[in-house]
Amino acid sequence: MKSAAALLLLATAAPALAQTPPLIPAPTQPGQDQGLSVDVTDESAQDLSILIPAMPTSQPVDTPAGNTQALGRQIADVIAADLRNTGLFKPAGPDGIRAVPFGEVRAPDFGYWRGASAQALVQGYVQAGAGGRLTVGCYLYDVALGTELTRQGFEVGPSDWRRAAHKCADAIYTRLTGEGPYFDSRVIYVSETGPKNRRIKRLAIMDQDGANHRFLTNGQSIVLTPRFSPDERRIAYMSYQNDKPSLYVYDLAAGTQRLLVTDVSLAFAPRFSPDGRWILFTMSTAGNADIYRISSSGGTPQRLTTGPGIDTGGSYSPDGSRIVFESDRSGTQQLYVMNADGSNQRRISFGSGRYATPAWSPRGDLIAFTRMGGGFRIGVMSPHGSGEKLLTDSWGDEGPSWSPNGRVLMYSRGAQGSSGKSDIWAVDLTGKTSRRIATQLDGSDPSWGPIRP
Amino acid sequence: MAKLKTALILATMAVAVAGCQKKRPETLPPGPGAVDPGTAPGTGDNMGAAQPGTAAHFKQNIVSDTVLFGLDQYDIDADARRILDSQAQWLTQFPNTRITVEGHADERGTREYNLALGDRRANAAKNYLAARGVSAGRITTISYGKERPIALGSDEASWAQNRRAVTIVLN
Repeated sequence: MKSAAALLLLATAAPALAQTPPLIPAPTQPGQDQGLSVDVTDESAQDLSILIPAMPTSQPVDTPAGNTQALGRQIADVIAADLRNTGLFKPAGPDGIRAVPFGEVRAPDFGYWRGASAQALVQGYVQAGAGGRLTVGCYLYDVALGTELTRQGFEVGPSDWRRAAHKCADAIYTRLTGEGPYFDSRVIYVSETGPKNRRIKRLAIMDQDGANHRFLTNGQSIVLTPRFSPDERRIAYMSYQNDKPSLYVYDLAAGTQRLLVTDVSLAFAPRFSPDGRWILFTMSTAGNADIYRISSSGGTPQRLTTGPGIDTGGSYSPDGSRIVFESDRSGTQQLYVMNADGSNQRRISFGSGRYATPAWSPRGDLIAFTRMGGGFRIGVMSPHGSGEKLLTDSWGDEGPSWSPNGRVLMYSRGAQGSSGKSDIWAVDLTGKTSRRIATQLDGSDPSWGPIRP
Repeated sequence: MAKLKTALILATMAVAVAGCQKKRPETLPPGPGAVDPGTAPGTGDNMGAAQPGTAAHFKQNIVSDTVLFGLDQYDIDADARRILDSQAQWLTQFPNTRITVEGHADERGTREYNLALGDRRANAAKNYLAARGVSAGRITTISYGKERPIALGSDEASWAQNRRAVTIVLN
């Protein structure tokens, strides 16, 4: 119930997470070209060392999220985990790190931290306000230079304390890498359990780090390929409800769903346009699958591809002007790009094997895909087909979904053999840093939502 | 209760028509709620003959309910024709029955493509049956892609079994 209340709050005008005004004027604002920075494209991982002490509280107060003293440690834990998962940083703390008194948060003991051989230092505090609302201050320091690199303040409801930690980690990541944020985001996916020939598949939602997990459907019908709307308020997905495989749109705040496409034997592969007004999908009539678009509020579908091949997996470019999709019109599955109205279709993949499940990066510069040939691997190429690079090497990787900043991909990893097991994994664009995302049960078909407001 | 009685009478008639010599027991065990005619007492596999026109009867009187396909293929080969011919024959004999054809794919394809591939296979079987005189209006199709394998291994033999179209009589 608590999460439902938070969602309702988000849906209304009042923001659940408000950035507070600057806490104190910064003594010096270092230029962007000064101090510490990390190059995310450098494949020789730099492992910048960051110390993250537990965040002190001015006064220990019990809140619905716990005592502010305990929260200060938990928030530091979440920040450390976010930064560690990037593979770019070597965070330490809050365990094994000296506790910081409240008065030291804005005036670090740089001499001490230099002795601890830290390059960067994250300090902050937690305070409880009216109604248990929490204020979290977040400061990043360059230890060698003894300067402040960035500061952020967040006010959140108690149930959103992890979001304050993710926002703080995003501020640090953004300041040090120059890349956009991605930690304060959610993932919609298919939770799986049961034997391989009778998998129970339920729609589920979680934070990008696996926390705040909850189920959205009960598992009575198979559900597949959920996709977030750009404002993350709706989810388009496929369901076998009433033995009629079709597409539905789920409203997260209301907890209701409605049928998107009616009177069709098979509709699948939905994906929202960047402005949220359209949903691309595939409809099959008499065994011929083509790509259509439909208003995200329903209506009459408009056909975008024709011809006898299987055309599916449509994904818009971030400006909405083009669509990447897969087709077996050449004899095997390959990637094609066309204009948003279906004109000017041209093939972009020419490597060996088959290419499928294209996903256009939110930055527009890359298209992620599944490449089949031996194993199933996740890779990226430019929208013109150049610069192909495979990021994973596995038996069953499939269906990449981009992080909001276009730096990380989440995907399904199916296990070989009779278990039918599947997990959700993430890999960054260097291909060096990959990890399994912890889910309650098995997982597949992740769709990474936008950075939260 | 009336439903159960009807089913029993029909079952008894089926046994008589089929000329089964097996004596029916004096008292039957109570049925668990509504009785599906296809599995009503006296029509099970052990009894040798199912009630004509039922799903069980269909399965007993055709070569197979399942046709198989090659990797990434959806063409109806000679084996599949033999199977579908027997299905068409039965369906012509019982013109009031309706069927659904399930299309499936093996796990060595991506999820969305396999949905389309399973749909192609189901429609290939449907079109063949229609060409053999079964009204297309009696046939619905559903694709399960790779979601419902019948063989669980990750090997060629299992994949060959999973690339299939299965005809199911709707009672």
